[in-house]
Amino acid sequence: MFKGYKDLPVVPMTWDTTMVNMTGGWRTYKPILDPEKCNKCYICWKFCPEAAIDVDDELKEVPIIDYDHCKGCAICANECPKEAIEMVDESIED
Amino acid sequence: MVKKVITGNYASSYGAKLAKAQVIAAYPITPQTSVVEKIAEFVASGEMEAQYIKVESEHSAMAACITASQTGARTFTATSAHGLTLMHEMLIWASGARTPVVMTNVNRAMAPPWSVWADHLDSVAQRDTGWIQYYCESNQEVLDTIIMAYKVGESRDVLLPSFLTLDAFYLSHTYETVDIPEQDEVDEFLPRFDPPYKFDVEDPHLFGSLSFPHQFYMEWRYQISLSMAKAREKILEIEAEFKKTFGRSHGGLLDEYRCDDAEVVLIAAGTMASTIREVIDQYRDNGEKVGLARLRVFRPFPVNEVRELAKRAKVIGVLDRSYSFGYGGAFFAETAGALYNSPDEPVIKNYVVGIGGRDVTPSTVSGILDNALSLKEKGLDREIEWIELKEGGD
Repeated sequence: MFKGYKDLPVVPMTWDTTMVNMTGGWRTYKPILDPEKCNKCYICWKFCPEAAIDVDDELKEVPIIDYDHCKGCAICANECPKEAIEMVDESIED
Repeated sequence: MVKKVITGNYASSYGAKLAKAQVIAAYPITPQTSVVEKIAEFVASGEMEAQYIKVESEHSAMAACITASQTGARTFTATSAHGLTLMHEMLIWASGARTPVVMTNVNRAMAPPWSVWADHLDSVAQRDTGWIQYYCESNQEVLDTIIMAYKVGESRDVLLPSFLTLDAFYLSHTYETVDIPEQDEVDEFLPRFDPPYKFDVEDPHLFGSLSFPHQFYMEWRYQISLSMAKAREKILEIEAEFKKTFGRSHGGLLDEYRCDDAEVVLIAAGTMASTIREVIDQYRDNGEKVGLARLRVFRPFPVNEVRELAKRAKVIGVLDRSYSFGYGGAFFAETAGALYNSPDEPVIKNYVVGIGGRDVTPSTVSGILDNALSLKEKGLDREIEWIELKEGGD
């Protein structure tokens, strides 16, 4: 989009929101949510520091982890009262 | 126009009020505190419409100013010495984010040992942060410079933060007569801050996010260098405009006094310049061709003005009220650096004076001038000399 100092905006910024940064690739451990164990308390959603856990508007479904942006910090797994989130080594999974 | 007898600190407060700064971040530190105290009075009484944020540190003060500026607000804060140096990280952030914050820094020595007196190390040590730096000589200049600094910093081709400095106690707590311009005149001179990009929930962008080495970090830094170079002409342009409106100016980047035919010129910043002017007059009365070039703006450095000076002067004595341990004062090093690629080669000597607030008296200046005059014939004696140093020992 930009080529150099002559066409860059003077303020260091992007034209996009943070959604374009696919930070999921930074992950070593991947959180896997077991829908059978999940009680839909949404504590994982509240604690996720990257807003990488989505919930439905009616709060009826189990949360969905956005793997494009989840960095694998495991806070959700640590906070889950039902131990419904397991951190899996992605290198082994592959 | 109203004339008031006020301190340099209050001149800062009136400057911020007249400039209609919308967000004030306040954290106390001697000898600055009365700047933000006076602004607190203005805000409390309703004379000034501003968000007054009492922060928990100077680092936070600068963070508050930066983010407020990014929303499009005009911002002001004031600090001194350890407060300024605590801000160091955020100072670099402010210029990188292109936020034209304006700040008063009361020049005070750095501890240990503790000293609250005039010394330029605090601000000189911020040389590489990307801030425009003005060094003031009078309370009037303090007030006027704040108004001009906003106009320079907020201009689209500069967009950089600025601080002005005033020597601890010599200006900060000394009362002088100051013309307080009319609000409508200031409003006409200084329109509202209108940044090209700002925080907007309707139009979100990432500000200051990651830039990889192959992307544009380097180009954004180069843009800052271009803007800082542009600030040289902008400062002169805005000061000419200020003079037209308010009938005053303060000497541009390098404020020359009796330099036209001077063989010996002293370069100095801050209040010692007033003392030097007096002594220059005495020497002129005795037929000595001496002059003063007051370094009013240290960043951007007045390279062209210094080179012009070197065409005429045989000796340039640079007075530094700070020292860069390892090699010379910064004003000296910058002056010498500016002249290295210039064909003119005056003798350049560094006089280190007034450290920790030690008084720079007329006799101090006479001693320096006598030495500088002697260098015309004999050439450089010592490259760097600490003046009126107590030697002790045997």
